[in-house]
Amino acid sequence: MIVADRKPLSEIQDMIKGRDNILIIGCKGCVTVCNVGGLKEVRILASSLRIAAKKEGYSLKVDEKVLERQCDPEYIEQVKSTIHDYDAVISMACGVGPQFLSEAYPDQKFFPAVNTTFFGGAVSHGIWEERCAGCGTCVIHYFDGMCPVARCSKSLLNGPCGGSNKGKCEISKDVNCIWDMIVKKKIEQDRLNDLLNFMPAKDWRTARDGGPRTSRREELIQ
Amino acid sequence: MSDFKSESNLEKVLKAGHFAFTGECGPPKGANVEHLKEKISFLKGNVDAVNITDNQTAVVRMSSCAASAILIKEGVEPNFQMVCRDRNRLAIMSDILGAYSLGIRNMLCLSGDHQRFGNHPEAKNVYDIDSMQLIALVKKMRDEGKFMNGEDIDVPPRLFIGAASNPFAEPFEFRVHRLAKKINAGADFIQTQCIYNMDKFREFMKRAVDMGLTERCYILAGVTPMKSVGMARYMADSVPGMDVPDQLINRLKGAAKGKVAEEGVKFALEQIAEFREMKGVAGVHLMAIEWEHKVPEIAERAGMLPRPKV
Repeated sequence: MIVADRKPLSEIQDMIKGRDNILIIGCKGCVTVCNVGGLKEVRILASSLRIAAKKEGYSLKVDEKVLERQCDPEYIEQVKSTIHDYDAVISMACGVGPQFLSEAYPDQKFFPAVNTTFFGGAVSHGIWEERCAGCGTCVIHYFDGMCPVARCSKSLLNGPCGGSNKGKCEISKDVNCIWDMIVKKKIEQDRLNDLLNFMPAKDWRTARDGGPRTSRREELIQ
Repeated sequence: MSDFKSESNLEKVLKAGHFAFTGECGPPKGANVEHLKEKISFLKGNVDAVNITDNQTAVVRMSSCAASAILIKEGVEPNFQMVCRDRNRLAIMSDILGAYSLGIRNMLCLSGDHQRFGNHPEAKNVYDIDSMQLIALVKKMRDEGKFMNGEDIDVPPRLFIGAASNPFAEPFEFRVHRLAKKINAGADFIQTQCIYNMDKFREFMKRAVDMGLTERCYILAGVTPMKSVGMARYMADSVPGMDVPDQLINRLKGAAKGKVAEEGVKFALEQIAEFREMKGVAGVHLMAIEWEHKVPEIAERAGMLPRPKV
């Protein structure tokens, strides 16, 4: 899923400064799963903003709404009749949400309430880790299901580098060295020879480096 | 290994069968050319080539290419280091051509320390290609006269290709295979990480010899003399991939007051003496970090002088 972190309340307060009638829109997609922008989080943010406004001595009206998804015009359409009733709108979806909303309603002002971070999953309750860099050319099968593009700090295809230390990356003791894990798995499974092959340089055109990407599925285009 | 691949002095020294001795120098944190020249003066005539580091530990310094060019003017052969952290393939190839045009004949291909260590941790990291792919690229440019995309190069760069190996980083059992991979990719010579754990290095070299790697590539053993107990502790605890045995730290601790640095030098000299006899070791790479003025003395006491003229 797409993982995100809530922005600090003070940053959100600064965004909406001078406005007294706000709508917060959550999303039932990835941000609900990673507990950052679903119904519960919309309610918490709304209450926090109301309380903060009250403390500072002004009244702030905050309405709450959650869409099925904010990355689909079909659902964005659902707020058409009410979206202009507000001074501004806060989206709690990933970076796609406020953009789709802005495109659909160019006269309204949309603010992001979360920082979108990576494609990953929950490794345990409350902890999410990056797994995919969205490079557009998947190579994880060469590395026994572990992606060095996303998970090696240097995206090495011919690792591990000299900074691998007791299974940890040179950048931090909190970061696993994915190359250490790849090598250990290959050794355990007696397939170390796989790693003796030279991996040529990657064609980054399919990644963000090739410019903004579009995926066209001709059979679906009407 | 008979025909010369470059016009490098280091290559000639190694091919003539001499035990090579290389040094290292970090460019200044600024445009202080005089300071660079002063550091180089201690190395001139005492080593076969001098590694010029490329924004080492991800701290911004004068470019390794420019500093290498200054060395050439001073009559010292540089070993131009290049990391993959700061340049994409376009910049890498253009810098290789530029370096060669300035008279640079040795190049050491490295991944580079991650920028989170350095003084600009906010920087975007590049890593378009990795060190293995860099080695293969330099070889392709030299031997095939082609750019990465296959287009012809008008006067290819004839460089003596170096790579690094850290025998102490984990997973240990893979390190010799990674060395083999670098040699297969095109490395002509290898400079190892600073060695302190001699037992582990002996084991590493034994494996390299058994695999026939030392027949295909020159391995220079990395030596950095310890200046103090504090430095040894720092190397042991804070430098990634460094293996400093307690035995060595205790030996330094046991030195008489004011004699710790001398004990560090003595250990380095013992290491060099053993490397000269060790099967498969073709030379020593002395990294006297911010201790360049000590190089003449170490070279003399290690019996490395005079350096061969080839």
